[in-house]
Amino acid sequence: MSVLVFAENWSEGLPSGGGKFKKSTYEAVSYAAEIAKQTSGTVTAVVIGNVSDDDMKALGKYGAQKVLSVKNNKLNALNPSAHASAIAQAAQKESSKVVVLSYTYSGKSVAGRVAVRLKAGLVAGATALPSSTSPFTIRKKCFSGKGLTDVVVSSDIKIIGITPNSYKVTTGEGTASVENFAATFTDADFASSSKETKKTSGKIALTEAEIVVSAGRGLKGSENWKMVEELAELLGAATACSKPVADVGWRPHHEHVGQTGITIGPNLYFAIGISGAIQHLAGVSSSKVIVAINNDKEAPFFKAATYGICGDAFEVVPKLIEEIKKFKSAH
Amino acid sequence: MKFLVCITQVPDTTTKITFTPDQKALNSAGVQFIINPYDEIALTRALELKEALGGTVTVLTVGQANTEANIRKALAIGADDAIRINAEPTDAYYVASQIAEVAKKNAYDVILTGKESIDYNGGQVPTMLGEFLGLPSISVATKLDINGTVATLEREIDGGKEVVESKLPLVAGVQKGMAEPRIPNMRGIMTAKTKPLVVSEPVGADKLSSSSQFELPPAKGACKMIDPNNVAELVNLLHTEAKAI
Repeated sequence: MSVLVFAENWSEGLPSGGGKFKKSTYEAVSYAAEIAKQTSGTVTAVVIGNVSDDDMKALGKYGAQKVLSVKNNKLNALNPSAHASAIAQAAQKESSKVVVLSYTYSGKSVAGRVAVRLKAGLVAGATALPSSTSPFTIRKKCFSGKGLTDVVVSSDIKIIGITPNSYKVTTGEGTASVENFAATFTDADFASSSKETKKTSGKIALTEAEIVVSAGRGLKGSENWKMVEELAELLGAATACSKPVADVGWRPHHEHVGQTGITIGPNLYFAIGISGAIQHLAGVSSSKVIVAINNDKEAPFFKAATYGICGDAFEVVPKLIEEIKKFKSAH
Repeated sequence: MKFLVCITQVPDTTTKITFTPDQKALNSAGVQFIINPYDEIALTRALELKEALGGTVTVLTVGQANTEANIRKALAIGADDAIRINAEPTDAYYVASQIAEVAKKNAYDVILTGKESIDYNGGQVPTMLGEFLGLPSISVATKLDINGTVATLEREIDGGKEVVESKLPLVAGVQKGMAEPRIPNMRGIMTAKTKPLVVSEPVGADKLSSSSQFELPPAKGACKMIDPNNVAELVNLLHTEAKAI
């Protein structure tokens, strides 16, 4: 099967029309390469924006044979309509049967548009490789993490949005050939435009973080988040919070993980002073290791966690920071 | 200004999800269905903008007759009228096709949906709708202001926020933060009963995906409790046993 992958690029940690690839891009290319391998196909990556030739060639290491490079001065920021158009044109050029993209915020904002253009069924947030290619079946989460479902795509062309952090990057040898691709656009593609992007205080994107340190109402007030931030920084982790904390404004809404916030699946999740209501657990249950710190031994989080400490967060967390410092200096 | 707000109903967030014995569907026994929380925020923002700019707010659902209680709730919150397309909303492409047909016949200036439904979590109806209608789509929007025929939005992106300017008409998927949901008052509940709710049959459209099987996530093993005075043990276990640091 000919597989096309959208290789998103980033500049200073934000999605951009020029810059570097990052982990989620390599995950998507690796994932596309595995599907191509299983179906004796080839992988073409489409890159939109100014990325260096060397970086594009290096996508060969992750399994791409060819790169279609779309450069256009109007595409210096993500534009869902124009990006979707370029991806769909690349898929048509390559007669691709599968289109893979990382289901980042950017991926989310273009996937449906590509699907309509190609009349393709879409798996929005796949968490694994296809379990079967006939019928084409892929697993994803549903009910905000409270369930799993196998999605069968019946259209000729299939689109897969792969959840960041759910597929391992694989590397090998290889160099991709780079070809300029002159996608065409209409005025309607530019009816909306990006005016400004703002970084959220230099932090790691929550959806891609390997480690997440999260805290809840047990911390009693926004002024007590210093220790959470310190622990996160020590571990190279992203910070998160529970719904009540975002609702009262102690932390911004974009940090809220849970059923009505974002769903994450890091390697390691620290839940500090979070009781573990069903809505919160839904958003974090696919974390590989969970550490719960809570002073209530009946807290439901202790039923969902890998490790638990029943104690006062204001005593336990500073101790944990000290121990992590010791560990870091010894390793 | 004409607003269309697309709503869907989902299990209440406190629901303990289970599936039917053949694992082909949600076990809906005892489940209370609510308006998808993001859709409710979209509805509130549409009402706020209507109050400031004048106009009408129409709510639309693709759903069976059992969605009408939630449609009446949306009318009680303040929508002017409602459309129900009598079909099961199983595939985003199919749902967006149905909404697009309605939108083509009515010149809506602003079409809002939630950023995703909390049952299938796809988030693709707003983008597909944008493409079907040839309009800009702004996903995961946390702010929406309108000045004449231009809208300014803020949306979440990986690692930050983006300010987007868009011509009207537009489609946006609404994220928390854009407005605080409203609770219907008694007057709203009384008037909702007489507001128009038009039921129309679906147009022919393809379904390109379906859920063949559901299951619950694998259960976690027992939690290993660690003495709060021995935090070093936790760090040790995270390194040697869990290999997470």
